[in-house]
Amino acid sequence: MMQRSHPSRRSMACALVFALAAGTLVEAQVSFERILRADQEPQNWLTYSGNLSGWRYSPLTQITPANVEDLELQWVFQTRAPAEANEKFEATPLVVDGVMYTVLPPNHVVAIDAATGRMFWIYSAVISPLARVCCGRVNRGLAILGDTLFMGTIDGHLIAIDAKNGKPRWDRAVVDPALGYSFTLAPLVVKDRVIVGPSGGEYGIRGFVAAFDTATGTEVWRFNTIPAPGERGHETWTDAEKTAWKTGGGPAWVTGSYDPALNLTYWGTGNPGPDWNGDPRPGDNLYTDSVIALDADTGQLKWHYQFTPHDEFDYDATQVPVLVDMTWQGQARKLMLWANRNGFWYVLDRTNGQFLQGKPFTKVTWATGFDEHGRPTRVLEPTKDGTLVYPNNQGATNWYSPSYSPRTGLLYIPSWMDTFSRYFKVPVEYTEGRQYVGRFPTMAFPAVRTPAGAINQRLPEDGYGAIQAFDPRTGERKWEFRMVDVTDSGVLSTASDLVFAGGREGYFFALDARTGTPLWRASVGGQVSAGPMSYAVDGRQYVAIAAGSVLFVYALRQ
Amino acid sequence: MTGAAGTLIAQGHSYTPADIEEGGRQYQSSCSGCHGPAGDALPGVELARGQFRRGTSDTDLIAIIQTGIPGTAMPPNSFSDQEAAHVVAYLRNMSAVRTGGVPTVLRGAGDPARGKALFEGKGQCTTCHRVHGRGPRLAPDLSEVGATRPLPELHEALLDPSATMRQGNRPFQVVTRDARMITGRLLNQDSFSIQMLDSNERLVSFQKTNLREHGFIRTSPMPSYRDTLTMQEVDDLVGYLVTLKGFNP
Repeated sequence: MMQRSHPSRRSMACALVFALAAGTLVEAQVSFERILRADQEPQNWLTYSGNLSGWRYSPLTQITPANVEDLELQWVFQTRAPAEANEKFEATPLVVDGVMYTVLPPNHVVAIDAATGRMFWIYSAVISPLARVCCGRVNRGLAILGDTLFMGTIDGHLIAIDAKNGKPRWDRAVVDPALGYSFTLAPLVVKDRVIVGPSGGEYGIRGFVAAFDTATGTEVWRFNTIPAPGERGHETWTDAEKTAWKTGGGPAWVTGSYDPALNLTYWGTGNPGPDWNGDPRPGDNLYTDSVIALDADTGQLKWHYQFTPHDEFDYDATQVPVLVDMTWQGQARKLMLWANRNGFWYVLDRTNGQFLQGKPFTKVTWATGFDEHGRPTRVLEPTKDGTLVYPNNQGATNWYSPSYSPRTGLLYIPSWMDTFSRYFKVPVEYTEGRQYVGRFPTMAFPAVRTPAGAINQRLPEDGYGAIQAFDPRTGERKWEFRMVDVTDSGVLSTASDLVFAGGREGYFFALDARTGTPLWRASVGGQVSAGPMSYAVDGRQYVAIAAGSVLFVYALRQ
Repeated sequence: MTGAAGTLIAQGHSYTPADIEEGGRQYQSSCSGCHGPAGDALPGVELARGQFRRGTSDTDLIAIIQTGIPGTAMPPNSFSDQEAAHVVAYLRNMSAVRTGGVPTVLRGAGDPARGKALFEGKGQCTTCHRVHGRGPRLAPDLSEVGATRPLPELHEALLDPSATMRQGNRPFQVVTRDARMITGRLLNQDSFSIQMLDSNERLVSFQKTNLREHGFIRTSPMPSYRDTLTMQEVDDLVGYLVTLKGFNP
């Protein structure tokens, strides 16, 4: 039949297709220049946190405090199968020129029409049965450069995927899943490298942050978060056997940030191994529970700050580093804001790691304050019969993204308020591939909320959840939006002074960014364990949130 | 399969206290993160009650512990046969171990037949409690109480009912803006609303904005049997309660 087609019509059709393809091609190439200037294309969401400074802030202004009550559901996208209990839907979508890319748990990538929710393609990574993750078969999202998407998998692969057809371009086995290494974070693209760190802090891994060539998948540099003998920082592992560092933990399972002027990429690191008995690993255990500032070209450590030296409470510092330029005590400074799992929120100088301020944002009993160098004064430790400690093992916050609005100047923190755990010290031995933790602490709140409907029958004194807003200039808390249940939701702020978030209760809601007043809510019927994001198609602003096993997308009623 | 694990399995469910204790240690460090300290954190899985999604025999469970369940959140674990068998030993005895220690003799469990008569007669338990589909729904359903609560706790509940009230069993009360007072069981609550079973066994839902007050009642409405039953009668009642394992005999 093809031979009988009219030649001239066929070539016309070809020309048309080619022109369309060329147009799309130019538009869809996400250069690193575009990522650096993400604020100039507010219709798109090009990185996990929306910009490289970790703000989770949308410059879009169509949805406002005055009209937010007119938000209505536009479309939903359901995951392919009923999610397993631990397959929480944690991903933040990317949106590029009308196409949304996200990851269904554990490692299914989809491209969706961002205006209608209809699917272009799906790519399902084949996951090794050896994959083991402490806390859920999850993935928090993708990175993009050019027309290539990047995903880390729970069996330790880093995969480059063609954004046009969902076909893998390269697939690199980076770490051994049988030893408990996995990837759950959204990668970070800096220049022509894609940067990742592993999960696995409960399996006695040796953590790292590593950069890979985006074109080939070749590893370009690696910074080991647990220094080997002879490396700087190794002196903080003082066990007589000199072996603790090999299983020292320090994963890096939440996406970092990047400062192009300093050419530094900042990453938070997780707990030392074993979690709840520090006796096998005496010393401060660098660089666990720290922020590390790495040269983006070489991976060399420029500075570090350790939030929780010799941690025995599982206080991972795996939060998104929030980079802010502001006047601090009369001086223009490049700052880093950090609400930590250990219950303190910090202001650091991101040029050199200097500790400027640390204040509790919930009840904290493990430390009483800081010395002049910013070292916390620790007063509690796990004991044989149990030690009661605030905040609880899941922390005062966790991986859930905070938000910073340059308009309000406020830092928004998803918070677990006044929660506590009892920590026990029991003997613990390392065995390859097995959890290396100690005894799980008691908690009124489960680490993972698994039933689809949130059943909440706790006493008020067990703690509560909140979105809190803090002013970094004064250290003052501006407001608190209080919830009965805790929250694993990230926070989004917008240029029209709205804050979006959700929680375990199964609501997605909007607050006034200046006062915390609730303005709108939707019952999404499942736990929100993801960060919201916002984008626009054809001039219409959307807000997207994953909850339960469904992605929900809202816009103003037309 | 090593000899030791084989022996354990061959003996059916007779494990030594040391096996159970060792299994408990393994469970706490490797399993409780997802399954919870009480084994009930995942829907459809209640380890303490022997309710598993897949596998029932000890051999099945050992295999699942070692290889995981591909495609699910259950990861493989590098336990030896013997170590996995210890975990199974713990699971089989979990509900008893949880607060009562490793069971040796069922201290204080009296005659079930006499206990049943007390339950339905002198004790007036059926006035409030439901067993195997009969009785009111407001107080805790006791159809599975023998599987879910260790024996010492049953004793304590009869003598001092407020001491061991479980989450979800606490009475709850709301007062509406128009001064109606409703008591019952709290089924769920969030920042904006409350769902409960009221004293007339109706499923009712309230918006908090329509309530003047709401909260738990900290004391149990159940009377203590310390002065109304003899210790032998309490033992007999407990002897009946421990037979309630969730199926209708």
